[in-house]
Amino acid sequence: MSTTTITKDSRHTLSVLVKHNLNTFSRIIGIFSGKGFELESVTFASEAERGMARITITTYGNEETVEQINKHLHNVIDVLKVTDLTHKKCIERELAIVKVSTAKVGRPEIMLIAQAFKAKVIDITADKLALEVTGNTDKVDAMIEVLKPYGITEMSRTGSVALKREFQGAVNIN
Amino acid sequence: MKSPNTSSTAETSAHTTPLTAVAKASADASALTDSGADILIKTLADLGVDTIFGYPGGAVLPVYDTLFDNHELNHVLIRHEQAGTHAADGYARATGKPGVVLATSGPGGTNTVTGIATAMMDSIPLVVFTGQVPTSVIGNDAFQEADIVGITRPITKQNYLVRDVNDLEHVIREAFHIATKGRPGPVLVDLPKDMLNTKARFSGMKKVEIPSFKPTVNGHHPQIAKAAEMLSNAKKPLIYVGGGAILGEAWEEVTAFAERTNIPVTTTLMGLGAFPESKPQSLGMLGMHGTWYANMAMTECDVLIAVGARFDDRVTGRLDGFSQNSRKIHIDIDPSCIGKNVAVEVPIVGDVKRVIPAIDKLASPPEISEWWDTIHTWQKEHPLVVPKADDRIYPQHMMKMISEVTEGNAIVVTDVGQHQMWAAQHYNYNHPRSWISSGGLGTMGYGFPAAMGAALACPDRDVVCITGDGGFQMSSYELATAVEYKIPVKIALMNNNCLGMVRQWQQLFYQNRTSYSVFGSNNPDFVKMAECYGAVGMRATNPAEMRQVLNEAMKIKDGPVLMDFRVVENENCYPMVPSGAALNEMVESDEECK
Ligand SMILES: Cc1ncc(C[n+]2csc(CCOP(=O)(O)OP(=O)(O)O)c2C)c(N)n1
Ligand SMILES: [Mg+2]
Repeated sequence: MSTTTITKDSRHTLSVLVKHNLNTFSRIIGIFSGKGFELESVTFASEAERGMARITITTYGNEETVEQINKHLHNVIDVLKVTDLTHKKCIERELAIVKVSTAKVGRPEIMLIAQAFKAKVIDITADKLALEVTGNTDKVDAMIEVLKPYGITEMSRTGSVALKREFQGAVNIN
Repeated sequence: MKSPNTSSTAETSAHTTPLTAVAKASADASALTDSGADILIKTLADLGVDTIFGYPGGAVLPVYDTLFDNHELNHVLIRHEQAGTHAADGYARATGKPGVVLATSGPGGTNTVTGIATAMMDSIPLVVFTGQVPTSVIGNDAFQEADIVGITRPITKQNYLVRDVNDLEHVIREAFHIATKGRPGPVLVDLPKDMLNTKARFSGMKKVEIPSFKPTVNGHHPQIAKAAEMLSNAKKPLIYVGGGAILGEAWEEVTAFAERTNIPVTTTLMGLGAFPESKPQSLGMLGMHGTWYANMAMTECDVLIAVGARFDDRVTGRLDGFSQNSRKIHIDIDPSCIGKNVAVEVPIVGDVKRVIPAIDKLASPPEISEWWDTIHTWQKEHPLVVPKADDRIYPQHMMKMISEVTEGNAIVVTDVGQHQMWAAQHYNYNHPRSWISSGGLGTMGYGFPAAMGAALACPDRDVVCITGDGGFQMSSYELATAVEYKIPVKIALMNNNCLGMVRQWQQLFYQNRTSYSVFGSNNPDFVKMAECYGAVGMRATNPAEMRQVLNEAMKIKDGPVLMDFRVVENENCYPMVPSGAALNEMVESDEECK
């Protein structure tokens, strides 16, 4: 497999509709581990339709690599549909909970930053705040970058979930 | 073919497990007369399975109990589950029908792993049934529990753990459908013991619908037209045929196309037999031990059409030196094979059996007499090298003599190593499904059991197993099976008293430091070995004896015969594309390597 340098441009979001079973999920993860593809995040959740699930994968690679990933995903028997959302207009969200130290600068400054990112304060202790932020991955990345100098003590991210927009025209209502 | 059973009646009341699942179809429990084990056997019979290769154990005892008085299925008691899987694989390669294996849980299942991986790499349809501990104790490290679904996930096309006996029949039918349709491959079905004991209903419903599994068979028409146009105008075209042409049963189509257009044809190791080597368009095999002229044609061609081949590294050599000036067309039923190693201009996803005739219809024979002149010059200047005859047996002569004695009509099954490459080079392959060899995984120990499978599948054909002194020892215990079932495999053991291919690499690339690759006098007496199993063993040390032994062996029809051919031990296999070299950087002799 050709090696690629990881850039924002080579990031792809794939939405995979599968029959709901863990064997299929493992097969999909196995494609990435077994064939050496990049895997940044993955989410797995039941679909509205009974017995189905949607797996949202973010990965890195040049066009050929992602095409190979796409083909391998299609080869998994229980995969019904693979959609590469990268070049489509899509709605993408990720949620992160970030615990940040207030020791250096006090609560107000951190809360100001939270406000700027429309993050919610969900826990307060003597020297820490826990913030909940939702948005596309870029936004979550950005808030984390801003908070880093204050001391992030713990963090948990969900990874992206995404769907194609119904309207593929030029309006962006992010 | 069944082994004689000693006790007279089967205890039908052995199935004492209470009903744990009730058929969805009917609330009438009294109608549930079949155990899971019965359903398994009924479904296999209904699917047209005639032979299964199996080995019993605790978790599959319910199935063996059903088999006790079922005579529809021919169960072959192999002596090791790995060999059973190879035998089923050989059966599948010889017929195109899926091979079927039955093994118990734990070690039974894990023993099948190498055979499954071998089948996966060469896209061979297999359905492997393994026993499993009862569902109630799965995950508890119960006796002989192994997560065989987890273990075999990367080496199966699909696998299943049956958790509801009402799904069993359908899962079995799905397994056969998936194993054989599209790009074939192995499928494993894991059967917890309680699933085999529980009663349910056999439906006989044959239809299998898998919405997520619909292989593309008809190629995209504009691509087909483009391919035809490119070939019609080519100056130096080449047809490169792989195992997909055998799996897709497209040999007649490929042959008709090549003959009409007079385009030269080279086959991969897996494609041998897809195009008759007796035809003038044949350049033989290409790749690491391919012919000089096939590799040169691949390097120099201007339009390349790959037919069910996958640009394996043993075929391409160093990628940046591979067929750089050609425009490439690639037909394959598996889209993930296309563009994987080599970029292609015209990808055609589809069944080669349908795509080739479609191209054939549109293409006109190109004007390529100059190309043929070049190829004929290569053929004259660099034919396949064969040592001068003397009173010793040269491996190359051994293969030629086997070809001659069998008139090129045998099914040749090999192991892995030098003998395999010589067998590929020097036997004349003119028939499809007549060359059976582990190409992708290169599994030593494959040959003999696979030959048994092929012989059981094709009782009217001569089956010759060309094997090595190393590889044969990895499955020699199957002599017991071959004797028991009177399987007339002719074992032609190329005995060079060493792991020849390893020794060759050490000589060429490790300054002749032949580390742990030479058996010398530590090999067993293979003739006595055959005899102790009740098989015929014969030895030959010179060409005259070899001919005599071969003629004698071909007459034996009621069991295996082992021919210990003492060949020149230091012979090496050429031409060779050293690993890391480009395809046209072949060496043709030991001297050239120094
Ligand atoms: C299971 C397995 N182990 C190791 C190898 C590596 N290997 C490839 S060829 C070879 C030597 C085979 O020796 P032999 O069967 O005597 O055949 P020869 O090359 O001498 O014809 C070995 C060890 C292999 N292919 N398969
Ligand atoms: Mg040897």
